[in-house]
Amino acid sequence: MSSETLYDKVWNFHQVKELPGGSTQLFVGLHLIHEVTSPQAFSALNEKKLEVKYPNLTVATVDHIVPTSNQQRPFGDPLAEEMLATLEKNCKSHGIKFHGIGSNSQGVVHVMAPELGLTQPGMTVACGDSHTSTHGAFGAIAFGIGTSQVRDVLASQSLAMKKLKVRRIWVDGSLQKGVYAKDLILHIIRLLGVKGGVGFAYEFAGPAIEKLSMEGRMTICNMAIEGGARCGYINPDETTFEYLKEKEYSPKGQEWENAIKWWKSLVSDSEAKFDDEIQLDASSIEPTVTWGITPGQGISIKEKIPNPEMLPKNEQQIAKDACKYMNLEPNEPIEGTSIDVCFIGSCTNGRLSDLQEASKIVKGRRVATGIRAFVVPGSQKVAKEAKQKGIDKIFLSAGFEWREPGCSMCLAMNPDKLEGRQISASSSNRNFKGRQGSANGRTLLMSPAMVAAAAINGKVTDVRKLLQE
Amino acid sequence: MQQEFPQGEIKEIMGRSFIIKGDDIDTDRIIPARFLKCVSFSALGEQVFADDRKELKGNHPFDLDQNKGANILVVNDNFGCGSSREHAPQALMRWGIRLIVGESFAEIFFGNCLAIGIPCMTSSKEEIHKLQNLVNQYPNQVWNFNLKELSISNQKESFRLNLEEGAFKMLYSGKWDATSQLLDEEERIKNTVNKLPYLNNFKQEV
Repeated sequence: MSSETLYDKVWNFHQVKELPGGSTQLFVGLHLIHEVTSPQAFSALNEKKLEVKYPNLTVATVDHIVPTSNQQRPFGDPLAEEMLATLEKNCKSHGIKFHGIGSNSQGVVHVMAPELGLTQPGMTVACGDSHTSTHGAFGAIAFGIGTSQVRDVLASQSLAMKKLKVRRIWVDGSLQKGVYAKDLILHIIRLLGVKGGVGFAYEFAGPAIEKLSMEGRMTICNMAIEGGARCGYINPDETTFEYLKEKEYSPKGQEWENAIKWWKSLVSDSEAKFDDEIQLDASSIEPTVTWGITPGQGISIKEKIPNPEMLPKNEQQIAKDACKYMNLEPNEPIEGTSIDVCFIGSCTNGRLSDLQEASKIVKGRRVATGIRAFVVPGSQKVAKEAKQKGIDKIFLSAGFEWREPGCSMCLAMNPDKLEGRQISASSSNRNFKGRQGSANGRTLLMSPAMVAAAAINGKVTDVRKLLQE
Repeated sequence: MQQEFPQGEIKEIMGRSFIIKGDDIDTDRIIPARFLKCVSFSALGEQVFADDRKELKGNHPFDLDQNKGANILVVNDNFGCGSSREHAPQALMRWGIRLIVGESFAEIFFGNCLAIGIPCMTSSKEEIHKLQNLVNQYPNQVWNFNLKELSISNQKESFRLNLEEGAFKMLYSGKWDATSQLLDEEERIKNTVNKLPYLNNFKQEV
């Protein structure tokens, strides 16, 4: 009986050659590019007088630098304009499909590719962005690469890579009301640490994972990298197939039937051997918030900010740094922490269901005085569907700003930035020092619904209290 | 004086060293996102650790006079975590760094360094702390890194370092710039394409 993981099977399909020293030349089935990490790769290609080998397997969009309030060209920021113009030129001269502003399909690369059906089970997906792990939600092997590797993929549709070990993270039970995929992944990173996944791919499995929607699964896999795991994946099932059905780039007719057979054959075998396995129960997880400067520094809404002295020795120094940087007092509850800015969006939580869940909290309420709150849909499609459902109106009438799609304040490469010591409640993925555009700005990561609750009360709030009212 | 960028076989690196202390130093800190607004890597050397340096007003290791011209960086655990931006190793390289020694490295960062010819060597926490103490005590001493012997030494002391075999071979042979190697396999790549169901209308797996 076969005892392979999905990771083994997909890897074998894409293996071109064993390279000396234990790495593998791996074929890349879907290569996604954007304006930040591709220009130097194209320059290197041009210097070496190389062509793009399989231009039909590379797909481009623009997301990191786009302004979200006024997207008229040329952009107000000449550097941003130059980056977009460079990408347009590179795509045009190499015959690469570009989903630009006004195409109705532009968006954060990890939001737009899945919703077009570009990401499918059994693929290898690479992109010059660490959150490429998102696409593993479909049962693909998906990982972030650097610009030199973007160049290699453009030139050869392959890259040199070392096979990872696989850790299965089995999640029993189900998430309670007011607890979302974001809380689950923050909880997992807290348990395993920000470098616990180095050298591993994470297979997320078990009843709680199976119950998640594709959008929830994408949130989970998106943040695998925050736990150090370069890729995270979930075995494809009926939820996956239902999501992919009738998508623009999904197979159709007889091909669809054949595709499903192949996809099912890729699922990890019941006898599959994992290099490591851990198990947890989703039922006991509570809304989770980060208090520090790494995504592993999370606590439940009921807990207090830890005293660094009481933590394991190897966590003490970074916890001290975090308390100082965040200006938060050990032993104080995280609930009730005052905030300045609320951001709902990003490749982690900028999808339709994220906005929907947050809008349920916001409906009929008002953003607290002095709070700047804004929603940035993950893509043009998300924005359109949200508008059709009236979700934009709910946010607008509550006092939120409703913006155009882009990465926005997740990493603040566009005009959306924290100022000074401002503290944000953010549905994004990183709370690193300076991440949201101010060198001393502060970030509290949480689910979109929790961000909405924080906006209403002006402070960190247990979203379950607003669900009850 | 700007050193040449790494080329060909990387077997020995000689130079002065300094340390960046702390675990989980992410690539947003190494090069903040606003400096990613560029279509060329060329200006990044100036901007390495920009926000940390601003905060320390001239007292950051990358600003201290004694570290000018040093080319070896000694770091702690999980260095280079977070964003996949190659801008981070590019910024370090363009500042002048040619070798990084630490307790451990984030995976994408390690690969990005390898792709531009910067070895990321590891050793145990205890050894790294010992090395960091020596580097701090005698900032002017010159260290010799020898890839084949997996060691870094001054005149008195030698530290054993680790590197995975694949990366070792690539650096030692000078084949760390993978493009040409990958391009050699055009036929095999075609064969791979031909057997992938999703690139063949799912015909073969009926």
